[in-house]
Amino acid sequence: MRAPSGEVLAGQVLLSVENVSLSFGGVKAIRDVSFDIRKGEIRAIIGPNGAGKTSLLNVINGFYQPQEGRITFRGETREKMRPYAAASGGIARTFQNVALFKGMSALDNIMTGRSLKMRRSFFWQLLRHGPALAEEVEHRRRVEEIIDFLEINAIRRVQVGRLPYGLQKRVELGRALAMEPDLLLLDEPMAGMNMEEKEDMSRFILDVNNHYGTTIALIEHDMGVVMDLSNRVLVLDYGRKIADGTPDEVKADRAVIDAYLGVAHR
Amino acid sequence: MNLLYQIFIDPFVQMGTAPDLLVQTLWEGLVGGVLYALIALGFVLIFKASGVFNFAQGIMVVFAAMSLVSLHAVGIPAFLALALTFAIMLALAWGVERLVLRPLVNQPDIILFMATFGLTYFLIGFGELVFGGEPKVMITDQLYLPRGAYDIKMLGGFVSLQKIDIAAAVIASLMVATLAVFFQKTRIGRALRAVADSHRAALSVGISLEQIWVIVWFAAGIVAIATGIMWGARSQVEFSLQIIALKALPVLILGGFTSIPGAIVGGVIIGVGEKLGEFYWGPLLGSGIESWLAYMIALVFLLFRPQGLFGEKIIERV
Repeated sequence: MRAPSGEVLAGQVLLSVENVSLSFGGVKAIRDVSFDIRKGEIRAIIGPNGAGKTSLLNVINGFYQPQEGRITFRGETREKMRPYAAASGGIARTFQNVALFKGMSALDNIMTGRSLKMRRSFFWQLLRHGPALAEEVEHRRRVEEIIDFLEINAIRRVQVGRLPYGLQKRVELGRALAMEPDLLLLDEPMAGMNMEEKEDMSRFILDVNNHYGTTIALIEHDMGVVMDLSNRVLVLDYGRKIADGTPDEVKADRAVIDAYLGVAHR
Repeated sequence: MNLLYQIFIDPFVQMGTAPDLLVQTLWEGLVGGVLYALIALGFVLIFKASGVFNFAQGIMVVFAAMSLVSLHAVGIPAFLALALTFAIMLALAWGVERLVLRPLVNQPDIILFMATFGLTYFLIGFGELVFGGEPKVMITDQLYLPRGAYDIKMLGGFVSLQKIDIAAAVIASLMVATLAVFFQKTRIGRALRAVADSHRAALSVGISLEQIWVIVWFAAGIVAIATGIMWGARSQVEFSLQIIALKALPVLILGGFTSIPGAIVGGVIIGVGEKLGEFYWGPLLGSGIESWLAYMIALVFLLFRPQGLFGEKIIERV
């Protein structure tokens, strides 16, 4: 399914965004932002509310089509991403306000993450026999591994709408992982969590990054978490990039401090 | 006093004294209910996956039946004609996705609803142009559907079961069972439920909305074929039949718009309620009772359970 030319080595640029601008009517959500994500790193995107962080993720996975700029993923450059192209190219994501399939069990939710990997025809599926059944069993095994990894065995049959928020976030992460993504976009994975849940989630993110080599871009407000987890940090404010560098560089950056402490913009 | 007796006591006395008639009425109600359930099922499929209330389900039933009969009338063998009718419904599903749904994506629900009105009148006009406006007779014999009736001696009388009605009940049950397994156990079934729950989450895992829409409209088309054959076999195939779409409304209100079991149970309740009402209370209230009783039942239901029997409870935070 993937072009062999799209193989990217660790440390090289996996995805780059160049001069992207996005506006909704008169409102400019993103103004001329360029940045890149390298294979194997954890890349944090931070900034005050309304800075355009989620919009940027939406541009990367094709939910929003920017008016200007280019996106290069795996060496292939395009003006805009499409959700299907992003998903089949190996970009998975979670959402700021959990977007799960509430009526389905945790297990089924995670199984949907395998949608693109399951290719048996409609006809066999209808019969639920032969190749389709073997396929279902194989994918089920992979999903069970993810369930083990995320320690959500106890809730696999529970309808996710009934789960507490922290567990919903975990199921959502599981669904994204089931896609075996190369690039995982996490939109505030720890929002609304208590200390213990945050520690669990941090551990999962680091494990995913270490064991599977998955590249991760995450939006997060908890600065402690960001500084601990990420290799590089992109800072946005009012839709503009105001800083980009290692956690230490960013922490010392004048513009970043101004943005966070609310110094008047000149 | 006398009126109260006639309404609340007398019908039940009649039921008790002639149980064979009661069973006969219940059976006819059940069969009518199965057909309502099939129409409602077509609605539920589309509503679940795309949130569109498809007013055109009624005309799809007629269109499918008309295609089948007309194809056979020009000399195509019955089962080949049936296969071609499947192809026509697939083409219709594809056309609807391309020409109606895709351009209107992200529009308010009411716009899509109106679009299905447009689709209804287009299909009526187009259908009359192609098939002609006169009523047609369903090709029951050629499809090897049974004819005649079983007369069963029971409860001191006769109960007469039409074979075609039994066939309708069996086919409907099989279809519902197949759909249920398909929805619960397969990738595409999971994708359908996923799309119904959250469009953006479905997109993020690479589910193609276009493909899913074609599949649900085709599934609704298959249901329409079955409904068309069964309904056509009991009366005639004519365009005015499309109005039965409106009969699905009380069924949906009872069963909930998103529930397949709800469509079945709702259909049976409405069917049985209608027949009982017509037979036992009809003489009191005038013979037109069948045309409004279903809506009355639905109205009473709305007061107590607005989400329907099986619908998801609507919880809104303020």
